[in-house]
Amino acid sequence: MILQGKRSWVFPKPPVIIATGTVAGPEEGEGPLASEFDLVHPDLEMGQPTWEKAERLMLEQATDIALQHAGLKKEQLSFYIGGDLMNQIISNTFAARTLGTPFLGVFGACSTSMESLAIASLIVGAGAGNYAMAGTSSHNCTVEKQFRYPTEYGSQKPPTAQFTVTGAGASIVAKEGKGPVVTAATIGKVMDLGIKDPFNMGAAMTPAAVDTIQGHLQDTGREPGYYDLIVTGDLASVGHPLANEMLRRNGVQMEQTKFLDCALMIFDVEKQKVQAGASGCACSAIVTYGHLLKRIQKGELRRILVVATGALHSPLTYQQGESIPCIAHAVAIESPNPAH
Amino acid sequence: MAVKGAGSGAGAYKPVSMSSKEYQAFAKARGPVRSVWTNCLKAFLVGGVICTIGEGVQKFFMAAFHMSSRDAGNPTVAIMILFSVILTSMGVYDKIAQWAGAGTAVPVTGFANSMASAAIEHKSEGLVLGVGANMFKLAGSVIVFGVVAAFVVGIIYWIFGIGAWHDTTG
Repeated sequence: MILQGKRSWVFPKPPVIIATGTVAGPEEGEGPLASEFDLVHPDLEMGQPTWEKAERLMLEQATDIALQHAGLKKEQLSFYIGGDLMNQIISNTFAARTLGTPFLGVFGACSTSMESLAIASLIVGAGAGNYAMAGTSSHNCTVEKQFRYPTEYGSQKPPTAQFTVTGAGASIVAKEGKGPVVTAATIGKVMDLGIKDPFNMGAAMTPAAVDTIQGHLQDTGREPGYYDLIVTGDLASVGHPLANEMLRRNGVQMEQTKFLDCALMIFDVEKQKVQAGASGCACSAIVTYGHLLKRIQKGELRRILVVATGALHSPLTYQQGESIPCIAHAVAIESPNPAH
Repeated sequence: MAVKGAGSGAGAYKPVSMSSKEYQAFAKARGPVRSVWTNCLKAFLVGGVICTIGEGVQKFFMAAFHMSSRDAGNPTVAIMILFSVILTSMGVYDKIAQWAGAGTAVPVTGFANSMASAAIEHKSEGLVLGVGANMFKLAGSVIVFGVVAAFVVGIIYWIFGIGAWHDTTG
């Protein structure tokens, strides 16, 4: 039985992340994790006529790189699971057209990275596929255009705003092989505590992250100290301290572990003009696939819990005065060799 | 699976039970404070600089082409719009605006920026459904409410017999 507790999957034979591919944009290429990504684009256009095509290109490159690293042909993939922030998840559907692999489109806003990885792991863990690929992407300009204002419009962003990461990440999960393993995943509930400001998504997403972390620990019987690192997706400098405080208030002993946030790792928040930090599907995807998995492979980390957070509003719901429903999905990734 | 840290303590957590009201107060109390005074000062400085440049351009038209200040107004606005559109297409205007706030939004340059940026952004969807349909996406409401406000003010002038229109003949 893979289901444990109410909403967690614990894999008796943990699926292996055999390869990843990460692509980043120019601002990310200036950040502290620049050297961790497989490919960094020097500009936002990437030689494409539209922002949307640029985002799609990055996703195609990330899936290509992951396949190369795995030494696989795309025909060998059983399934591709992916999503992004665009309406009708066009970056993924169009990239899946290029890939030609059986495709499951998912939408979890910025939680898509771990949503797709959880599903890919479940498929492989349950024996429903040999190789499953998970992927996601975001582009600063496609998101600005769809959710906010034209990219060149001069509007002042408040300090709670976050800067969408330009990038794409893909991972290939297999029954066996070399690489970090997925031991568990916890599926989030949609949480909404009434935050309406789309320029304060960190605070909006915090309750979802707290709920999923607690749900994960409860279902699996693990304590925070089981993990060397618990990392949220994109709560940024506004949401992350709130999550920390709420968890401690609820009796979760966060001092047993290190608690970080991808949005505060990918950029130098002090130097780069990103307001509260990063956001976007690619944020947790490329930090996890590019940086954290490498640290596991190097033996610097043994067990991590990645809690990707997503804000599920649209420009329409915001203009109609609705609050922002949010979700968080957690995936536990561990070193294949517990002796480390 | 016997692993360190697994077991015992978990299961005793309080659920996320804050009400919306409580949470919003909790988040607000810990959120960053936006300094209204600093923002006002920056807006005043940048807005002032833009208007001073405009004043300079107007003076230039008056001196070079012997225009009255009223006649010099239209070409001055055109030049300021041109400046704004150039800065917008170079990708600079939005960066200044992040610092300046209302300082770059309120003058005519801000209006030009809202139209130029929308036109550039939606060029990919074609001239008619892209540029044409979206150019006034942001500026449209300025025009609508500007016209409505002008109408209301005009009515007030008309009712109270304040002879504002006499100026236009001069």
